[in-house]
Amino acid sequence: MSKSKPTLASTFCGIECLNPFWLASAPPTNCGEQIMRAFDAGWGGAVWKTIGEPITNVSSRYSSIDWEGRRMMGFNNIELISDRPIEVNLQEIAEVKRRYPKHVVIASLMVESKRESWHDIVQRAEDAGADGLELNFGCPHGMSERGMGSAVGQVPEYCEQITGWVKEKARTPVIVKLTPNISDIRVPARAAKRGGADALSAINTINSITGIDLDTFQPSPNVDGKSSHGGYCGPAVKPIALNMVQQIQADTASMLPLSGIGGIGSWRDAAEFILLGCSTVQVCTAAMHYGYRIVEDMQDGLLNWMAEKGFATIEDFRGLSLPNVREWKQLNLNYQIVARIHEDLCIGCQLCYTACWDGAHQCIHLDRTSPAPDTTLTPGMVEAESARRISTTPIPKLDAGTSGRTNAITPLERIPRVDEHHCVGCNLCSLVCPVENCITMERIDKDLPFESWEERVAKGLITSGTGEVMSTNT
Amino acid sequence: MSERVPFPEQVSAAPEVVERFGDLHPPFDRQAAVPEANRCLYCFDAPCTIACPTHIDVPSFIKKIASGNLSGSARTILDANILGASCSRACPVEVLCEGACVMHRYNKQPIQIARLQRFAMDTLYESGAPLPFEPGPETGLSVALIGAGPASLACAAELRRRGIRADLYDAHPLPGGLNTYGIAEYKLPLVESLREIEMLSQLGVEFHFETKVDAAGLAELERTHDAVFLGIGLGAIHQLGVAGEQLAGVTNALDLIAGYKSGALTTVPKRVVVVGAGNTAIDAAIASVRLGAREVHILYRRGQEQMSAFAFEYEHAKHEGVKFLWHVQPTGIRGDGAVKGLELTRLAATEDGSIVPEKDSAFVLEADLIVLSIGQATHADFLSGPSSGFGKIQLERGRIVIDRATGQTSQPKFFAGGDCTNGGREVVDAVADGKRAGIGIAGWLGVQHVKV
Repeated sequence: MSKSKPTLASTFCGIECLNPFWLASAPPTNCGEQIMRAFDAGWGGAVWKTIGEPITNVSSRYSSIDWEGRRMMGFNNIELISDRPIEVNLQEIAEVKRRYPKHVVIASLMVESKRESWHDIVQRAEDAGADGLELNFGCPHGMSERGMGSAVGQVPEYCEQITGWVKEKARTPVIVKLTPNISDIRVPARAAKRGGADALSAINTINSITGIDLDTFQPSPNVDGKSSHGGYCGPAVKPIALNMVQQIQADTASMLPLSGIGGIGSWRDAAEFILLGCSTVQVCTAAMHYGYRIVEDMQDGLLNWMAEKGFATIEDFRGLSLPNVREWKQLNLNYQIVARIHEDLCIGCQLCYTACWDGAHQCIHLDRTSPAPDTTLTPGMVEAESARRISTTPIPKLDAGTSGRTNAITPLERIPRVDEHHCVGCNLCSLVCPVENCITMERIDKDLPFESWEERVAKGLITSGTGEVMSTNT
Repeated sequence: MSERVPFPEQVSAAPEVVERFGDLHPPFDRQAAVPEANRCLYCFDAPCTIACPTHIDVPSFIKKIASGNLSGSARTILDANILGASCSRACPVEVLCEGACVMHRYNKQPIQIARLQRFAMDTLYESGAPLPFEPGPETGLSVALIGAGPASLACAAELRRRGIRADLYDAHPLPGGLNTYGIAEYKLPLVESLREIEMLSQLGVEFHFETKVDAAGLAELERTHDAVFLGIGLGAIHQLGVAGEQLAGVTNALDLIAGYKSGALTTVPKRVVVVGAGNTAIDAAIASVRLGAREVHILYRRGQEQMSAFAFEYEHAKHEGVKFLWHVQPTGIRGDGAVKGLELTRLAATEDGSIVPEKDSAFVLEADLIVLSIGQATHADFLSGPSSGFGKIQLERGRIVIDRATGQTSQPKFFAGGDCTNGGREVVDAVADGKRAGIGIAGWLGVQHVKV
């Protein structure tokens, strides 16, 4: 592999990019002044906050989910598209492109579902100098009630038709932004492709109600005591976004160059989206949380990782993980792992023990110091027994031997034991263990060849009548 | 019950003391408490809970702080330890819950359990909510409790929750024993101790103050009650037995601490010498520093490794500027009406482990105040005297012998707990003793099945 310095420069559906980090169409890309500051901070591109007939917003517009002291794990908004006149936005696009000719400016568009309206806005956006167009078929709130946004994205026929209208006029690449508020993201993706889209972007925000105030019983965001469903985004939605990205990229009828969106806040997130086939990534919540400056680490971190792995360009690793995502029926049923607790690292919290008993398959025991392993004691009995013990404050002078007691070593009685014969390899214990590498999953399969459910059915080992495997992805 | 002034309102802190004895460990605010609570791993059968003599379900009360269920958190604490607020401040958590925290083995700071516990308790008090327990339906049974310190208070709470009448008798004008009079003010302010006991009184505990119970009085209480709990603590601080001990300027650590806490004492002279190296001696020495002494010495017959103070208390004393003199023995007190100095002899350890005076090593340490803190005598002898009408209660080296699980003494109707049984330990040990005895008494009286 190449030892030369890697580059983040790439091409996305014909658009030259300095780097794959774009700001998504949202408040951080509301005006030219903001976007120019973002470009100065290092963003390679920006999707201009959706241009259309200016709207009126409500206040408040945002709400969020905090988790264990961390703010904004999930973020929600009921803000609509740009509240500024089309003309002002277009003038500013022209100004930004004049000053930053190498940076990507995509115009996000949303107008009423009329051919002439779309022709008109496409022409004006391109005349202003936009490098590409992103059709907002995803906005789940406000605009959808007016027959726009996700109201279009949820109906494949509209999706295909409007994409077609845009393509009749467009000279620059057309990106269709998909809504996740649909049972199968591939349906609108295929429609966009049939309509002639050059690329896709996914996902838009997910319909949500973030929470209810337990004092006032009012949902948030609070608009004069009332609220409405809003668009959910932020770190919490990344797994959902990754799944949808994979679904699009694994489907030949929908596969197009893809700009990944959904919970991306660091270079690691970006690398994961690219490994599932994305060419660029779009960021919003993280920039709203921490500002434009986060892009510095995103670039730096991704370049360092690429150098470590020997990747020279984004294309070198784009999509590498796609072959590793399969349907359940194609997984190896003969792969067997068991949990192993490393005594030297165990701190004795016993979270694995109670997790295995209550949340999994009762294969972890606390009988290291019992004369004969007593596996009949339930966790409740263990806990009740210890609560009956009489403890006193150790006083150095009165209690010889207790003053020097050390916390350095975990007593054997607190280190749980895995019954490897019963361990199903579900992995829960290693997930709850707070100490890194303390519980590892070790492979114990006995040189059995790869064999999937599909193969077992094909060999007649399992009757296909019972072989219908539930998978949310099929 | 007749109208009475709430305990905390019966005292007023001296401004000098308030200023000089600020919190040793400042309280958490919500912004700090919640992330700290979330740091707790929620261990199964948690070592902190096992290490706590009262077995507070620590992970559970911490989880409730994290979720914002603060009243539930306080209830979890109080359910196990009715003096949860005092203990959150006074406990040597370094050797108890926090010392047992598994985080030590992860090269991380232990969870700050004490500060979280105080946060939950302070929040409860500030909310103005009542004690989250109610007295049980009256059973008609009654128990006399001698002493109103932590052991008796904890015992009384268990009895009241089971519908048993609890009559507390104490020689002092206020309840709490050492909790109120004997713990350094920067750990547990006097009013905080009283605030907690005021809340406990909502269970309908009857207090009889300034009442000294002797053998005859005890025999009377035995006759009029269904059981007796002895929470009498320890007696006077030992004397040195040297010339000059009667001079003005010789006092003991408990009087010094009780004196400044009650506001009777707001200053000490320049040079203070504390004799003894236990936790109380450290409290007295640090108090002397804060009350204005220029030079404070702690003297001990043996070496640093034999002192009974906790290591962290020793470090704290050094940090406050207390100086330590090891291997010295007082042989006399000099002064003319008032103390001027302490005569000392250096000691040397011999091969057999005993300590002997070094020849020609006598010297005088100048001092204006000498504070004795060389252990407390027991005063349980009247329980086994020939005049006691209830038969002899078994003692061992002056301590009342009890069954550890129930607190029962050799005389079935008598139960005991706290310092008079263990020779002097921590508040939390007394609370645990009292709690076990309360449950033990109820069981012995046949009411163990009352739901609490």
